[in-house]
Amino acid sequence: MSTTEMPSAPDFELERSAMRHLADAQMNVELDTGDMILNLGPQHPATHGTLRLVVRLDGERVIAADPVIGYMHRGYEKLTEFRTYPQITTLINRIDWLSSFANEVPFVHAAEQLMGIEAPARAQYIRTILTELSRIATFVLFLGEMGLQVGALTPAFYGFRDREHVLNLIEGATGGRFHPNFNRIGGLKDDLPWGWVSETRQVMQLVLDSCDQFEDLVVGNEIFLSRTRGIGIIPGDIGTAYGVSGSNLRASGVDWDLRRDGVPYLAYPDLDFKVWTHAAGDSFARYWVRLQETRESVRMVLQLLDGLPAGPVMAKVPRIIKVPEGEAWVETENPLGQMGYYIVSKGATGPFRVKIRSASFSNVSILPWLLRGVYVPDVVTILASLYFILGDIDR
Amino acid sequence: MNAVALTTLGIEIGWGAALAIKTLVILLIIPAGALILGYVFLLKMMSHMQSRLGPMDPGGFHGWFQLIGDGLKFVQKEDLMPDGADRKVFAGAPAVVLISTFLVFLVIPMGPDLVVKDLDIGVFYALAVSSLSVIGILMAGWSSANKYALLGGLRAAGQLIAYELPLLLAVIGVVIQAGTMSLNGIVVAQQQQSIFGIDWIGNPYILTQFVGFLIFLIAAQAELTQTPFDMPVAESELVGGYHVEYTGFRFLFFFMGEYGTAFAFSAIAATLFLGGYALPWVDGDLANWIGPLVLFAKLMLVAFLMFWARFTFPRLREDQLQAFAWKFLIPLGLANLLVTALFKVAF
Repeated sequence: MSTTEMPSAPDFELERSAMRHLADAQMNVELDTGDMILNLGPQHPATHGTLRLVVRLDGERVIAADPVIGYMHRGYEKLTEFRTYPQITTLINRIDWLSSFANEVPFVHAAEQLMGIEAPARAQYIRTILTELSRIATFVLFLGEMGLQVGALTPAFYGFRDREHVLNLIEGATGGRFHPNFNRIGGLKDDLPWGWVSETRQVMQLVLDSCDQFEDLVVGNEIFLSRTRGIGIIPGDIGTAYGVSGSNLRASGVDWDLRRDGVPYLAYPDLDFKVWTHAAGDSFARYWVRLQETRESVRMVLQLLDGLPAGPVMAKVPRIIKVPEGEAWVETENPLGQMGYYIVSKGATGPFRVKIRSASFSNVSILPWLLRGVYVPDVVTILASLYFILGDIDR
Repeated sequence: MNAVALTTLGIEIGWGAALAIKTLVILLIIPAGALILGYVFLLKMMSHMQSRLGPMDPGGFHGWFQLIGDGLKFVQKEDLMPDGADRKVFAGAPAVVLISTFLVFLVIPMGPDLVVKDLDIGVFYALAVSSLSVIGILMAGWSSANKYALLGGLRAAGQLIAYELPLLLAVIGVVIQAGTMSLNGIVVAQQQQSIFGIDWIGNPYILTQFVGFLIFLIAAQAELTQTPFDMPVAESELVGGYHVEYTGFRFLFFFMGEYGTAFAFSAIAATLFLGGYALPWVDGDLANWIGPLVLFAKLMLVAFLMFWARFTFPRLREDQLQAFAWKFLIPLGLANLLVTALFKVAF
């Protein structure tokens, strides 16, 4: 502040009041704290891997948040151009690693569509069962993980415990816990092992019980409600505009599920199931919708087990798979949302170009809009409730 | 445990030796208490509650080796200090936290004569020194040169200041009823008073001051930065908060401070509300001998409640925590105080 000359006597009062105003202004400038830039990630427990959020903070309030992605980019779209179709399923297993089996389905479907092959009914049913099991494994983990992110340690362990049961089933059928690589163009590698169906029924009961437990432990908790209700509200139209899909969009009241509304695929047209929505669009709604969808998936698996047709699991396919020239787009409702593959084939053993549409990429793109004005703890709640997988963002 | 006490137990002892024994006992109690709580609640109870297999495995029977293994791990860790850290403050912070815990134990009576220093203002002293740990936490948060640590330290400061008040209000009810601030005096008062004319169990203040007990437990939970009030450490947001930059032995100090303080607050709660070392029908020399065991049993009961809540609840947000303290706990504490005072005057 520049020094002021001593005023003459008559102006003294006026001058003093002016000085006081000046001092106030000075004070306000001093009290106005600077923004702090906080790097959430790339290594941070709330980011499920290597998402980086550059957050500008005023105190604990977020002024702006900027997601930086690409720390896990593995170049799968390019890699697929140098591999044959059967080899590619190994790669795309690793896009959304929590529900690997579900990743394979749309790709294999697209290839089959181009070749004009249809997998036998039994293979379609088993594919549907395994897709739904992946969904259960993913969601059950979410139900626990969300508790952990808002500070409750215990549900996380229950989530992992239940996921273990389901992973054991997937391992029993496919031989792989995380990356089954079980789909073949034209069907499946193997039939189900003996005794698998009855074991699955038992595990489904376990999952239903633990859903009740989550309902008691997490949804019934006053603190959890106060931490999630009204936090991170996505209005349906804005969610749609950003390309948000899956449970996140259904929690915003948009009644849209590719299993019911999309091009019919797998055994879904044969099934009787309800698409759950929630009008609120906040973090709690996203939790609630996933809880209900876990139960719905259990119902679907039980229906599928009852109606499992007999027959082969593999259609007749040539020994060397060559996909005729053409283009195909297949999208499915994966646990994290809408997942699609656009395949361009030039008639070779491998695709000419593959475009992968993964759900998490679009789900996370809403973050800058969503995180403005929330507190730091709510950032974590919102990140957890959007439920993304880094492999699904970066591919 | 003064010279007179030991004389009544039949042991002659000088002033210097008594001081040495007192110092030794205090220096042993905190680490031992921290280890006991860590072992019983953090490892065993939590493993059972969360169907965890890891901590039940090492060493064979019930995973008894886990704690020793954890300790050995801490000893092996490199002592790291961030480049930008304020070195002296950074090194001093864990000691400040631990010392405030040590100081609390000076006034907690473990038997009619087994107390290091029976201060007349025992309660006041205990609460005053226990809040010294805030300074240690702020020091750690500020000196780490880490934004997460800074956020954690500031959150801790705001939280601990907010919850000092309900803690104090909860205790004042007891003080009014007992008519003394000396912890030993409070225990004796609980032993001698009666409730509604029934005097065979004395009057453990949990019966008349149950609101105070509840407020004390909640506020103590916040003081200890345990869930649902663990925002200062908040692993999922602040990745550890104020102690994020600490490794090895220094981190172990914080850990011991946390569990030692839990031990101390449980001991205070047991003394104020559950009758402390006293059992009905037991007095004199026998009380001196079994007093520590009785206190320990009551203390574990209180600690069980604290840790049960810790493993069950999610975490509140900072503004919700402040609202809870100022809009609910403090008015409730004041109302409790008013009612207690009215009863004291009326009866």
